[in-house]
Amino acid sequence: MKTNKAAAYPYLLWLILFTAIPMLIVFYYAFTNEAGQFTLVNFKDMAEYSVVFFNSFRLAVISTVVCLIIGYPMAYAMSRLGKKGRTAAMILIMVPMWMNFLLRTYAWLTILENNGLLNAFLSAVHLPELHIINTPVAVGIGMIYNYLPFMILPVYNSLERMDHSLIEAARDMGCNSRQVFTKVIFPLSIPGTVSGIIMVFIPAVSTFVISKILGGGASILIGDLIEMQFLGGTYDANMGAAISLVMMVIIALFTLITNRIDRDSEEGSVLLS
Amino acid sequence: MGDGFLSLRNVSKGFNGNVILNALSLDVKEGEFVTLLGPSGCGKTTTLRLIGGFETPDSGDIFFEGKRINDVAPNLRNINTVFQKYALFPHLNVFDNIAFGLKLRGVSRAEQKKRVEEMLELIDLKGFNNRSIDSLSGGQQQRVAIARAIVVHPKVLLLDEPLGALDLKLRKEMQIELKKLHDSLGITFIYVTHDQEEALTMSDKVVVMNKGEILQQGTPIDIYNEPQNAFVADFIGESNIFSGIMKRDKYVEFFGTAYDCVDVGFAPDEPVDIVWRPEDLVLLKEGAPSLQKAESLLHGRVISCLFKGIYYEIMLEVEGAGNYQFMAKSTIPTEPGSEVLIDIDPENIQIMKKSNIETLTMQKHRFLHDPNKSREDAPDEDE
Repeated sequence: MKTNKAAAYPYLLWLILFTAIPMLIVFYYAFTNEAGQFTLVNFKDMAEYSVVFFNSFRLAVISTVVCLIIGYPMAYAMSRLGKKGRTAAMILIMVPMWMNFLLRTYAWLTILENNGLLNAFLSAVHLPELHIINTPVAVGIGMIYNYLPFMILPVYNSLERMDHSLIEAARDMGCNSRQVFTKVIFPLSIPGTVSGIIMVFIPAVSTFVISKILGGGASILIGDLIEMQFLGGTYDANMGAAISLVMMVIIALFTLITNRIDRDSEEGSVLLS
Repeated sequence: MGDGFLSLRNVSKGFNGNVILNALSLDVKEGEFVTLLGPSGCGKTTTLRLIGGFETPDSGDIFFEGKRINDVAPNLRNINTVFQKYALFPHLNVFDNIAFGLKLRGVSRAEQKKRVEEMLELIDLKGFNNRSIDSLSGGQQQRVAIARAIVVHPKVLLLDEPLGALDLKLRKEMQIELKKLHDSLGITFIYVTHDQEEALTMSDKVVVMNKGEILQQGTPIDIYNEPQNAFVADFIGESNIFSGIMKRDKYVEFFGTAYDCVDVGFAPDEPVDIVWRPEDLVLLKEGAPSLQKAESLLHGRVISCLFKGIYYEIMLEVEGAGNYQFMAKSTIPTEPGSEVLIDIDPENIQIMKKSNIETLTMQKHRFLHDPNKSREDAPDEDE
């Protein structure tokens, strides 16, 4: 069969120019010093930032788990709604996403800051004020708020597409309502749940805007660290490239492992039973 | 009430103000193979879903083994379903699909293995234990769905057009397999289909439904030979259905002539529907010996003669019948344009009380607009 290979050339060129070459540049910088000589010192020096790595991952994991805890039941409830209800819920989730990401994050600043809306409300009802801004908690709230739709939508898609007769079949075979969920609905929603986890975890682990605005520089994350290497006072493009490379490898591993769980569940090794 | 094995008593069900079932009553004996037969939207699938517990009747009662089960959840009924599109669990392999109900019932692992293996043997899928559902053909999925439902030994097996998605040859094979399965297991089968041939082949009892009501129930032979109204006659097999007047016992008048028949008990001059099965029509040459009085025979002219495999389908224009065309089935081809006399054994004339307008419109549609329209064209979907 003759295929029109020429049609793929522009795409190939694009890939080379904007993906392959930049990657090679990152590799080059990561393994060289300022003078352009091969070295592993960038990776060795990275050890002093291990606290930043730890904090970033901890925050990303917590945010992802909270997104899952809030998002899965929301997606499940949405999939149970009638046609009109689903559309309405979908619009409510989508519309905030059309607003600028920075704007949404700054909105949280005005809510969480020491003399912000939350504390104004708390003092109005005579409750003690909370100091959330410039703490990891504020960054976590910002992440959860911004990334929650990325959890809800894939989970909702997998639940909504589910053939209703499978649920009836489960009832028919003798499942009570709880068993219908644990034995049929949840296992079948694992692919959507896994995409949701990946789609929340990856931006969460590499964010820098949210930590900058809501964390006030008090808790530096990997994203901030990389930014500092290029734009901050400690200009060190080689170190920045090395950190990026390590992040990439970690994220790739994370994605592989998560997809593996997904595939195993399809093959029938039961996650929940 | 509720003295039988499975009984529906005056069960009505509607959706969004549309009546789907209208005070339906049905009795099923233990071990019977009952088929609910009717066109799309006749309420047959709803009836099945009510028995399975997926719908609750608006009024009326369902009794199973002497207990009223209107509000009993599907998982608490000893009734299992084979769904139209099989509804096998895609995340489980063949073994785990079949073992699904056994696991829920806390059957030991060894026992599970034994019973699933038995099932795989029964459905001729030995060694398929670890195959994924996607890798199976439609017929194999079908068999797994049946195995999943019967492995838990239900009292009743409900089958919702289970062969609808299979090709003709496979469907015929599965019909025979299902019938064998029914005979060997002794489980009561309630089977829904719109395919009259399927119903006649497999059932102990056929229940013909239309518009949420039962029109006739009986053995396949009774339903075919003694349809009680024009709808049943038209739906089961192919028929020539037309109006006539019962002049007196055993004598019926139509299209300007009159034939002998064997029916009695109608009022003099009562309008009736007359059914002639196409295979019962005898086409004679002028002067040949006839079953009816020679002078009263209808004169026909052959319009078309189509070869259908084991018989020829012959369409006839008939003197005095206007647009109405007769259909005959014969093993002997007849040249289009040839003149014939239409004879029939008095035994084979079926006389029915005049039925309502709706079935007559249906006939009109069938015979005037599209005489060759086959029943197979009816869509699979019900409700």
